[in-house]
Amino acid sequence: MATSHDHDHHEPQSFWTKWVFSQDHKIIGIQYFMTAALIGVWGMVMSWMMRLQLAYPGAFDFITITNYYQFMTQHGMIMVVYLLTAILLGGFGNYLIPLMIGARDMAFPFLNMLSYWTYALSVVVLLSGFFVPGGPTGAGWTLYPPQSILSPGTPGADAGIVIMLVSLVIFIVAATMGGLNYVTTVLQMRAKGMTLMRMPLTIWGIFLASVIALFAFPALFVGGVMLALDKVVMTSFFMPALPGIPGDLPYDGGSPILFQHLFWYFGHPEVYIVILPVFGMISDIMSAHARKPIFGYDMMVYAMAFIGVIGFAVWAHHMFASGMNPFFGFFFATTTLIIALPSAIKIYNWTLTLWKGNIHLTTPMLFCIGFLSTFLIGGLTGLFLGNVVVDLPLHETYFVVGHFHMVMGVAAIMGIFAGLYHWWPLVTGKLMNPFLGKVHFWLTFIGTYLVFFPMHHLGILGLPRRYFNFASLGFLPDSVDTLNVIITIGALVAGFAQLLVFINMGWSLVAGKTAERNPWKAASLEWQTPDVPAKHGNWGPTLPIVHRWAFTYSPAGHDEDFIPQTVPLVPVGGDGNGRRTGGNGADSGSSGSHGGVS
Amino acid sequence: MESTQIDSTTSETEALTGWRSMVADLNADVQTFKVSWGKAMMWFFIVSDAFIFGAFIAGYAAARIAAPGAWPDTGEIFALHLFGADIPLLLIAIMTFILISSSGTMAMAVNYAYQGNKKVAHRLIMATALLGATFLGMQVFEWWELIGYGVRPWENPFGIPQFGSAFFMLTGFHGLHVTCGVLYLLWVARKVRKGGYEREGNYEGVEIVGLYWHFVDLVWVFIFAFFYLI
Repeated sequence: MATSHDHDHHEPQSFWTKWVFSQDHKIIGIQYFMTAALIGVWGMVMSWMMRLQLAYPGAFDFITITNYYQFMTQHGMIMVVYLLTAILLGGFGNYLIPLMIGARDMAFPFLNMLSYWTYALSVVVLLSGFFVPGGPTGAGWTLYPPQSILSPGTPGADAGIVIMLVSLVIFIVAATMGGLNYVTTVLQMRAKGMTLMRMPLTIWGIFLASVIALFAFPALFVGGVMLALDKVVMTSFFMPALPGIPGDLPYDGGSPILFQHLFWYFGHPEVYIVILPVFGMISDIMSAHARKPIFGYDMMVYAMAFIGVIGFAVWAHHMFASGMNPFFGFFFATTTLIIALPSAIKIYNWTLTLWKGNIHLTTPMLFCIGFLSTFLIGGLTGLFLGNVVVDLPLHETYFVVGHFHMVMGVAAIMGIFAGLYHWWPLVTGKLMNPFLGKVHFWLTFIGTYLVFFPMHHLGILGLPRRYFNFASLGFLPDSVDTLNVIITIGALVAGFAQLLVFINMGWSLVAGKTAERNPWKAASLEWQTPDVPAKHGNWGPTLPIVHRWAFTYSPAGHDEDFIPQTVPLVPVGGDGNGRRTGGNGADSGSSGSHGGVS
Repeated sequence: MESTQIDSTTSETEALTGWRSMVADLNADVQTFKVSWGKAMMWFFIVSDAFIFGAFIAGYAAARIAAPGAWPDTGEIFALHLFGADIPLLLIAIMTFILISSSGTMAMAVNYAYQGNKKVAHRLIMATALLGATFLGMQVFEWWELIGYGVRPWENPFGIPQFGSAFFMLTGFHGLHVTCGVLYLLWVARKVRKGGYEREGNYEGVEIVGLYWHFVDLVWVFIFAFFYLI
C-alpha cells in the first residue's frame, strides 16, 4: 500500500466514539440506515394523509389544502432524497463496500463519520421546516419557480422554501463526502485478487451510483443556490417580471425553464442513483438464492455503466410539457427509449438467472421477484411516457404517478427489503422470522400493486395529479371515486404492513435464533470475515485473498453447492476468473470472452 | 504497493499490449490508479467540483441569453482610472496575473517539498497563500467599487439586473473557494514547518493541496474568459 492508513485501526473505547461518533463503516452504515428508515416512516405517514383526502375529501379537518400540498412535497422529497439515496448509498454502501471488496474500512473513516452527521443535520433542518411560520414548502418536490418562492405562491413560500433549499445543500455536502469515500474505496482498496470484474454486482451498483451522484448533485446544488438567491436577495435568475402580482418585486427577465433544466439534470440521474444499487443487490441476492451464477455478469456491468452515462442525456423528458424546441423533444425521446435497452438486458439476465435455477423461496428471494415484477411494469409504462406525443396527454395525470412509484419507488423498496432480509444475519448474527417476513412481503406486494396499478387506469381516464379535490371535474366517471377509495385502503394496508418488518427486527434481536456463519451459503466475500458480525477492522490480522468471482454456485463436481471467493482455484477447468459452468447445465453467461482481462 | 499479484491475473496481464493492457491495468486488483488514496480522492473531488462550476457558468450563460436587454460592457465597468485614463479590465488583469503566479509558486513548493527542503517549501507555500490573500483583497476592493456604483444582486445601474446577480454569484463562489484554499494552504504550511510530512516520510500532502489550488486557478481562467472578456 502506498499509504499510511493501514495501521491506524484501533478499537474505539468509549461509548461516544464507539456508537455515536463512530468511524467504523459498519456503525455508520447502521446509523445511516436507521435515520433514513425513520424519516421514511414519516414520509409514508404523509402519503396516508394525501390518500385519506383523495378517498374521503373533506372528511378530515386536519388535512387542509395547504397541508395537502406540504405533505405531497415533503413526501416526495423525503422519499427520493432523504430515504432512498441515503439508505442505499449511506446505509448499504457503507456497510457492504469494505466487507465485499475485502477492505478494513473506508478510505477516510473520519470523513465518513462527518458525512453521516452532516446528513443527520440535513434531516433536522428539513424537519424544522414543519415548525416555522407558514410551514414547509408545498411547491411539489420539483420546487419549480416562480410559485415556489413567490408570496402568495405555493404554501411555505417564505421560510419553508429557504429551509428546504438549505437542507438540500447540506445533504449534497454529506452525499459528496460519502460519495468521494465510496469511489476511492472501491477503486483503491480492493483485496488481492479482487479485480473490478470480480466484484459483486452490489458493489458495481453502489460504485456507479456514487459516481453519478458526484456528477448529478452539483446541478441541484447550483439550482438550489440560485433559487435561494432569487428568494433571499431578489436576484432574477429564474424569476421573470411579474406584472399584476402585488408588492413591488424587482424581478425581471429570469428564466423559470432554466431551473427546470438544472433540477432535472440532477433529477433524472437521481433515479439511477437510487436504482443502480438496487440492481446490484438484486443480482447478488437472486443468484445466491437461486443457487446459480448470475447470468451475463459482464453484460450486467456494462448495462449499468451504459445506463449511468446515457442517464445524463435524458433529463428533458420530464419537461415535454414545459414548452421546448420540438427538436429537443425528439432528441430526448430518442435517448429515453435507448436507455430502455440496457434495462431490458438486465431484466432478461435476471429472468435467465432464475431459469432452471434451484430457487429457494426465501424472504429475500420473494422480494427479488417482487422487484422484477414492479420494475418491469414501471419500466414498460416508462416507454409510453418517453414518447412526446403520448406523454403530453398523460403528463399531468396519475399515469405518471403510477409509473414512477412502480419503477423507482416500490422497486427500490423491494430491493431494500431484499437486502435487509438477506444481510440481517450478517449485521446482527441473528435470524429473522421467515413466516413474518413472508407475510410482510405479500402484504407489501399486494398492497403496493393495489395502490399503483389502478393509477395507470385513472391516468388514462384523465385524473389530474397534484389535485386536492376532483369534485369540480365533470368529465370523470363515478368509478374514479371507487378506485380512489381502493387505492387508499391499499396504501393503508401496505403502510401498516411495514410494522411487521420493524417487529421482525425487534423480535430477532431479542429472541431470534443465532444464525450460522453463512446462513444463505453465499459465495461473496462479506460472509468470509473471521467473525460474523465482523469486528472492528473486519478481517483480523490478515486481509483476505480473492481467487474467483462472487457467483460460484452449484459448481460441477464439488461437494458443496457453492465456493466462496477466498477458495483458491482448482488447477483444471474454469476460465481463469473462477467462472465455470454451473451444475444445472446453465452457462455462467460469460464463458471465455473475458476472464476480466484476456 | 506490493506488486505481487496472484492467480491468473499476473500471467495474463504480462502478455497484453496496447488498449488491452490499459483495460487490464484499470481492472487490476487492489488499486485502479497507482496513487495514494488522498490524491485519488482529491481528483474525484475536483471532477465533482468542476461540475458545480460548470453548472454555475452554464446557468449564468442561460440567464444571460434569456435576459431582456443588452449585457453591459464589462470592459467599461471594470476599468481602472489611472493616470488620467480609463484602462479597461486593468484590475482584473492584475488579479489574474497574481493568481496565475501563485500557481507557479505552488508548483515550486511541491518540487522543493519532494526534495525534502522543508524551509524553502514552507516559504513557497506561504508565498502562495499570500498571493491568494492578495487576490482576495483585490476582489473585496472590486466588490466595494461595484457596490459603490450601485450594483446589487437585484439591480444594476448599467443595465439588466442579471449582470449584478451573476457577478456576485460567480465571483463570490469562486472567492469562497480561494478563501478555503488559503486556509488549507496555511494549514499545510504549518504542517510542513512542524515537520509533520517529514515524520510521515511523504510530502504528498503538499501536492494534494497543490492540485486543489491549481484547480481554483483554472476555474478563475474560465470565469475571466466567460464573465469578464465576453
